[in-house]
Amino acid sequence: MTYSIQQILNALQLGSIYALIALGYTMVYGVLRMINFAHGDFFMVGAYFCLISVTVFGLSFIPTLLIAMTGVALLGVLTERIAYKPLRRAPRVSAIITALGVGIFLENFTLALSPYPKHVPSIIETVNWNLGGVTVSNLQVIIIVLSLLLMAFLHYIVQHTRTGIAMRAISCDIGTAPLMGVPVNFVISVTFALGSCLGGAAGMLYSMAYPVIDPYMGIMVGWKAFIAAVVGGIGNIRGAVLGGFILGGTEILVAAFMPSTYRDVVAFSILLILLIFRPYGILGKPRAGKV
Amino acid sequence: MYGIRSALSSRATLPVLLFAGFLLSFAIPAYGLLDLYVQLIIIYIGINIILALSLNIVNGYMGEFSVGHAGFMSIGAYVSAVLTVKVFPYDQAFLFFPAAIIAGGIAAAVLGLVVAIPSFKTRGDYLAIVTLAFSMIIKSVFDNIDYVGGARGFTGMDRLTTLPMTYFWTVLSIWVMRNFIYSKFGRGMLAIREEEIAAEMMTVDTRRVKALAFVISSFFAGIAGALLAHMLQFINPRMFDIIKSTDILIMVYLGGIGSITGSIIGATLFTVLIEVLRPLEMWRMVLMPLLLVVLMIYRPLGIMGLRELKLFIPGHDGACLRDKPDKKGIQDAS
Repeated sequence: MTYSIQQILNALQLGSIYALIALGYTMVYGVLRMINFAHGDFFMVGAYFCLISVTVFGLSFIPTLLIAMTGVALLGVLTERIAYKPLRRAPRVSAIITALGVGIFLENFTLALSPYPKHVPSIIETVNWNLGGVTVSNLQVIIIVLSLLLMAFLHYIVQHTRTGIAMRAISCDIGTAPLMGVPVNFVISVTFALGSCLGGAAGMLYSMAYPVIDPYMGIMVGWKAFIAAVVGGIGNIRGAVLGGFILGGTEILVAAFMPSTYRDVVAFSILLILLIFRPYGILGKPRAGKV
Repeated sequence: MYGIRSALSSRATLPVLLFAGFLLSFAIPAYGLLDLYVQLIIIYIGINIILALSLNIVNGYMGEFSVGHAGFMSIGAYVSAVLTVKVFPYDQAFLFFPAAIIAGGIAAAVLGLVVAIPSFKTRGDYLAIVTLAFSMIIKSVFDNIDYVGGARGFTGMDRLTTLPMTYFWTVLSIWVMRNFIYSKFGRGMLAIREEEIAAEMMTVDTRRVKALAFVISSFFAGIAGALLAHMLQFINPRMFDIIKSTDILIMVYLGGIGSITGSIIGATLFTVLIEVLRPLEMWRMVLMPLLLVVLMIYRPLGIMGLRELKLFIPGHDGACLRDKPDKKGIQDAS
């Protein structure tokens, strides 16, 4: 019993990080119908911002979080303006390949600047509480609570602000929205800023939980988060959160019962089987084909 | 100018040129016409051309977005390597090598058929996930099979991928894939890319076309993997991860989708650029993606996107493909 509660906590921790990254994919997809494959690397850059802020400036938790979030948000907006905006009317694959290119650029640029894996010093002193046999660290609590807060914040923006309404309008019909006075470029920038800052926050939380970071860390985590977004139904915000927790849960579950080398095989197989039964994701709606 | 053009379009010229190239590929290593480093790069180019063209069939001609091509490649590499090292008589490995290559291709093709089944129901991003997950599963499976060395990798192959061998397989692959593209099924692929529902109404057997496209694409990826394994004489599962798949994607989209010429140019340019920029060391890998982004912004369809050298078009006049498909079709399909 205590063992399973322990595993549930681990699953929540991993799942909330996946969910934060998956939200970035899904936000951009919902508005632009474009997969931002550089998003996993935004996550990695967030971890490096965290490293710089802690080792160079010696800042504490909250300023570091703000630096990681705003830094990555700026990176996201800049990337969109420079690389994706000229391709808005081009075939969709061109935008996807550009995003892949941006991602590889970020990886190798970071690699050229700092070639070796780095250890992130702990920002917060770890405290372990023992609750009836279950060990809970303050780090776990911070990661889970902060992720949930950020998700609630995103939900508020999308559902209850004017910008959020504009986002949903563009998602509905990008051709008609500007005719109704929606400032498309501004809203797309805001979308990228929001999605990227969640990725940056995830990067920081990840580097607190697993403190060795390297320039390629974003690839695997990014693709997994993308899978989470698709399983939940890409373009759907609640779906991304659900997908993130499902993926985190499966991975922890598999690792608990089998050798850890089998983790990816089983996790991906389960996701594939899920996609066979729900081809458009759990919360996604199939779009009717028109000729 | 006219003389060259008419000479090129004569039916006899192409086989003669190809045969001359074949003889040259024997002569270069035999008389040391080029140094070993350049020979190695040429072999790389050949392998990359097979890879890029085979991915172009699914991504460029059929308009899907497969992102796990390296997975098929790894099957070909492992199956052929196990055959030449552990099954076939070792001292006669050279004689059995073509059989090993074909076996690698067939094994990859079987898996391609498995991936094709979900493609009947889903398209676009969801199919991308399926291919991605398949390639990750394959990598993890090889990581866990001790018989082929697990994560440590597999070694013991002879250096069987010689220059003539690469030349022969590259030309053969281009020829077979080009014929497939201009066959009944190839036209079906184009129809699926432009509009799947309309294609189905026009009696295109979409399931069969999709299955065939995946099978052929993965078959040649397997062949390229087999060639690579016997060139490097060492393989491990990490060589066939997402980064490798991304490299192949870049070659395809750099050269241009839906174009045989494009894939040849893309693969050659990618391979040569990486070698030429080597003096820049770490920064070459920074420069390469930047070049790709700039190219995509100014030429979103790649260098030869949807265009073809007349050489590859049957009948040489290209009348059947003169009407360029409009860009919108591709936009919707992917």
